[in-house]
Amino acid sequence: MFHVAEKKKGNHPLLKQIKRYKTGYLMMAPYFILFFLFTVLPVVASMGLSFTTFNMLEMPKFCGWDNYLKLFLDDNIFMTALKNTLIFAVITGPISYMMCLFFAWIINEFSGKLRAFLTLVFYAPSISGNAYMVWTLIISGDRYGYLNGLLLKTGLINAPIQWMNTEKYVIPILIVVQLWLSLGTGFLTFIAGLQTIDKSMYEAAAIDGIKNRWQELWYVTLPAMKPQLMFGAVMQITSSFAVADISIQLAGNPSVNYAGATIVTHLMDYGSGIRYEMGYASSIATILFLLMICANKLVQKILRRVGE
Amino acid sequence: MMKTNKLTQHFKIKRQHKLNRSRAGNALLFFIMIVCGIFMVYPLVMILNNAFKPFDELFRYPPKLFVKNPTWKNFKDLFVLMNNSWVSFGRYIINTIIITGGGTVGHIIIASMAAYPLSKMAIPGKKLLFGIVVMALMFNGTVTSIPNYMIISYLGLNNTYLALLLPAFSSSLGLYLMKQFMEQIPDSLLESARLDGAGEMKIFLNIVMPNVKPAWVTLAIFQFQALWGNTGSGFLRSEQLKPLQYALYQVASGGVMRQGAAAVVQLIVAAIPITFFLICQSQIIETMTTSGIKE
Repeated sequence: MFHVAEKKKGNHPLLKQIKRYKTGYLMMAPYFILFFLFTVLPVVASMGLSFTTFNMLEMPKFCGWDNYLKLFLDDNIFMTALKNTLIFAVITGPISYMMCLFFAWIINEFSGKLRAFLTLVFYAPSISGNAYMVWTLIISGDRYGYLNGLLLKTGLINAPIQWMNTEKYVIPILIVVQLWLSLGTGFLTFIAGLQTIDKSMYEAAAIDGIKNRWQELWYVTLPAMKPQLMFGAVMQITSSFAVADISIQLAGNPSVNYAGATIVTHLMDYGSGIRYEMGYASSIATILFLLMICANKLVQKILRRVGE
Repeated sequence: MMKTNKLTQHFKIKRQHKLNRSRAGNALLFFIMIVCGIFMVYPLVMILNNAFKPFDELFRYPPKLFVKNPTWKNFKDLFVLMNNSWVSFGRYIINTIIITGGGTVGHIIIASMAAYPLSKMAIPGKKLLFGIVVMALMFNGTVTSIPNYMIISYLGLNNTYLALLLPAFSSSLGLYLMKQFMEQIPDSLLESARLDGAGEMKIFLNIVMPNVKPAWVTLAIFQFQALWGNTGSGFLRSEQLKPLQYALYQVASGGVMRQGAAAVVQLIVAAIPITFFLICQSQIIETMTTSGIKE
């Protein structure tokens, strides 16, 4: 609206527009100065490093696309890591997202202290930093592992299974643990988002003929919290494409025949392990970055159709 | 059918959002909640019980979840060990308050202030800026740590609180979160305030921030947790600047004989963010039960 009016009057509409919002720019300045210094600059520097060989002792040497070519043509472990990462992204990503939404939505039905308590119960794995410990007990490979114990007792198996040393079990177990850990940022954001919905909308919807809670969810609640849904999706993408810690903790690094390798564990191998090939690690990070951006584009497209 | 209708009618008077709820549905959801809840809360129960386990129970194999003969001995051990450290524990606590408290408050203020123009003003270039913030969330931190270290050293911030605080102020997550919530505030609300002659800063403080309280309280939880988990390694070299969590882990990592104290450390490390979390959650509930964002 203002845009049109300004254009008619001045010769430099953009300049006028910028002047008009001086306060706005001033309010943004502290954040963006720090942001460019401590986030954008390091990211751009890393992308630059991805075209070099850099061992952190000598100066980086430009090597063109060599790192990327090596990654796709010469690095079999990267291919395993890429495959595993995509498995996590396609399976745990959507399921975790649904779980966050589902539990946030149910918890929102409760009120007062009980609601805060239930939120804590479900957020517990995310807030108690070293929660993996539980899982090492459950999937321990000897007779004392909880899972082996249970299966031996019921007679389903005769000898304990070395869960994390058997290639075919590694990814499924990591998926289960990842799902258990999934009620994090997205979950709490949805809880907060549900709180900001104008309650009179539900009354209006009931009068308009919404019959049950599922219809209410689809036609009223979800459209009203679209910004939170978008945010949750981005958070979900960043966490499911970047699975690394649980793999290293539970399957070890390197895991058996690299069955638990992901793009980020591979990156850590080069970037912070014993190899210190920062150029190569940066090229891995850049590929991961591009993958996430594509996934984000796709997911945002899907989310636009919520409530239709 | 009539009966449920009457029931919902009754609830409508008491609590508005009890509309459209069937009993069977409630029972099913309750059941799911209980089963999953037990599964989720397991690590917390384990941490709590371990802190009270006497030495022999801690090393029992196979381990038992619940403690048999609870004792305060582990707490006493930790207390003695803490008093033996050469930097006083008060100092570590102050460091933690500066880093965690300062980083959380500073981030909320700076990120919210930037989120308001991005979501509610027709500022040229805002799409680009916001796009960069979202994309920044997707770049892996392992490889940026080296350039980051170089920038911080170049600015002379090494071995100061600012080395942790300034990057924390500008984390991408907070700006994104605040912007998404601010978007939901109806423009008409802001327009009428502008017509009344209120300045942007006043609108931001008196209208925007109160309306998105659940957002910044949630952000406080995220940021507190992230900073509380930050042991400052890499940037803080002086012992006098290190946070509590670092000191606690130093005490806990003293070998097998300190396993009892280590269990208490684990309890403390988990209990503080949980306490903060519960305070924050009840804050959201108090203010927002009746009203959402309204025109």
